[in-house]
Amino acid sequence: MSVSGITSKPLPIPGSPKPGIGYFIREWWGSYPVTQLAVLIGLIGIFWVMGSNMVQTMHRLGIQPGFAFLSQSANFAIGESLIAYLPSDTFGRAAIVGLLNTIAIAVSGCFLATLLGVSLGIARLSGNMLLSGLVRWYIEIIRNTPLLLQLFFWSAVTHALPAPRQAFNPIGILYLSNRGVSIPALRLHELSLTTLAISGVCIAAIFAFYMVRRKRGIQHGITEFSAMGLLAVLGIGLALRLSGASVALELPLLRGFNIAGGFNLTPEFAALLIGLVVNSSATIAEIVRSGIQSVPSGQWESARSLGLQPGRIMRLVILPQALRVIVPLMTSSYLDLTKNSSLAVAIGFPDLVSVLNTTANQSGQALEALAIIVLSYLALNLSVSAVMNKYNKRIEQRGFLPR
Amino acid sequence: MTALFYTGSARPVSPEHWQKWRHGLFGTRLNTFITLATAGFLLWIIPPLFRWLLLDATWTGSAKDCAAATGACWAFIGAKLRFILFALYPPELDWRPALTIGLIALLLVITGTPRFWSRHLVLLWIGTVVTVWMLMAGTIIGPSVPTGRWGGLALTLLISVVGFACAFPVAVLLALARRSKMAGLRTVSIIFIEVVRGVPMIAILYVAMLLVPMMLPGLSPEAFVRAQIGLTLFVSAYLAEVIRAGLQSVAYGQAEAAASLGFGYWTTLRLIILPQALRSVIPALVNLAIGILLNSTLIAVIGIFDLLNAAKNAANDPVWLGFYDESYVFVGLIYFALCYSASRYSLWLERHLRAAK
Repeated sequence: MSVSGITSKPLPIPGSPKPGIGYFIREWWGSYPVTQLAVLIGLIGIFWVMGSNMVQTMHRLGIQPGFAFLSQSANFAIGESLIAYLPSDTFGRAAIVGLLNTIAIAVSGCFLATLLGVSLGIARLSGNMLLSGLVRWYIEIIRNTPLLLQLFFWSAVTHALPAPRQAFNPIGILYLSNRGVSIPALRLHELSLTTLAISGVCIAAIFAFYMVRRKRGIQHGITEFSAMGLLAVLGIGLALRLSGASVALELPLLRGFNIAGGFNLTPEFAALLIGLVVNSSATIAEIVRSGIQSVPSGQWESARSLGLQPGRIMRLVILPQALRVIVPLMTSSYLDLTKNSSLAVAIGFPDLVSVLNTTANQSGQALEALAIIVLSYLALNLSVSAVMNKYNKRIEQRGFLPR
Repeated sequence: MTALFYTGSARPVSPEHWQKWRHGLFGTRLNTFITLATAGFLLWIIPPLFRWLLLDATWTGSAKDCAAATGACWAFIGAKLRFILFALYPPELDWRPALTIGLIALLLVITGTPRFWSRHLVLLWIGTVVTVWMLMAGTIIGPSVPTGRWGGLALTLLISVVGFACAFPVAVLLALARRSKMAGLRTVSIIFIEVVRGVPMIAILYVAMLLVPMMLPGLSPEAFVRAQIGLTLFVSAYLAEVIRAGLQSVAYGQAEAAASLGFGYWTTLRLIILPQALRSVIPALVNLAIGILLNSTLIAVIGIFDLLNAAKNAANDPVWLGFYDESYVFVGLIYFALCYSASRYSLWLERHLRAAK
């Protein structure tokens, strides 16, 4: 056995019979087979003892082990939900509400954190000393204080906003009040199957057009993509027109003592979202900076000597190389954001952990509730990793000859 | 007489220096615009903040004086400093958490000085951790204080340092198991590391809080000890990955040379591999330590009085109700001071180690 990890695998002797399956199993299992087995059995034994203790305790408390409780009535209210939920609904539905809230926070958080983080990273690299100094201190302050403290701060800020009647209304369409943040919403009226069918056909046609061109080896740049996006929007507009449906931009408006219309984010959701976005944006800014700085300066110089414009240098030469450094690091910062969203429990946003914690307290089924938490987060993490790894594969190939 | 010739900071600004600043702020038209916009933003933010923090602040007096003023109430921090630093610890025994903070600070300073890096550090860490724990608990010098009454800065430093120290041996074993050729141990290690890294720390703390008492009825340790174990296990998974990176960076030839000298597995590890592996990941270890300190605030969620929770509760006092801003700014500064100096130290160390090579 070697420390460095090099095996001294015995080479098969020429002419000897082919090694059987037993040989491969022994080779895979490695040295000290009995000791390893003993360790494994010991670990399983510890878990066995703890598990049977658990079951005994549950029986003593009059709790039935298993997931049957998920179909019982939850009897607790949840502050906000993406799907219809009443306290008389089941624990299972409550868990789904929590999971959807976590996914909503994670997806919108990753998106906004990327926007803010990339802009901050570029500002940090800008030639302007005042701006890059400001961003540097922003990053230092955010990265060197606890996230929980920042969340307490944002929670205090969103709750300290004035009442709806005196709401901040900085750009006319966005209301900030102690009832939350109201933003404009797109509302569809009289949506019918015809609308969906016509828009589906339009989008499928555009996609087919794109696939055919790609098969022929035609490169698509930003212009082609924007043209296709415009066509898709036009197609959907046509579909709405033909089927008699209408889409309206609903602006939030002050009516009486409250703000009506638009899409309302509760103060808790807003605080959690702002806190997570600000926190991750500092990390992402550093990732973007180190990624861009990892491209040798010779690349800038040669691109400039070829006569490329600064914007094109960035897009065609620097970014494709920087992204190879940036994307793997970005993956781990997305994973961190997803896991950090569990701090929602500290500021009263009903995310997965918060809902299942209440479930565990109400039903006593702590083991099952925690098992659901662990499995959900593992599934979420695996799916984020899978998407990012797929993207990473594409990026790694760019700039090389096609294989 | 040398003082007469000392010109130090009074040196006139060189033209190149001036040039660099002028170019950095007003080089192009766009740059000038950005400078003006940023300066406008700062002028909008800083004066009110400055007035709140310093000019209009109340430095001494009671809660009534503070309510009359518009600025921050630093008198609150003066009155509540003891609670924020030591929380519920019996006030007549304040010297114990104070000494704990001092001993941990000394331990960290000694550990951070490259001159003291040797095998004796391990003994120093074990000794300090045991001493500090017994000091807080009052094991040798009574009266004993239950862990439920520990709190404040002392508890935050204690749980972080003990977590790091106890996670270290676990993490080394996990990293070795993950790199070993023994499939049984490797699988166990991979499952543990990936599961722990895949779930939020809160989930681990809930396991420690909710499940352990049900799994070990009658034997279950106190809440703080359970939180400490949870934090330790959480840290060990991340630490194992850092140490694994260090092990990977040690050249194969080192182990082969040790083997040819007749060293066994553990001797090679102790004398050849680990010293080199750990040395190469010191900056990552410092960053992880910062992460542990920042993440230790999560124990506030399960009701333990760490620094952040103590600050929050200080503002719940009926006499000084509602001075959350001051409280949070104060502990924010403590966290920032600790973590910022650690990250600066890490940068210095990286340069120092590179120069030493």
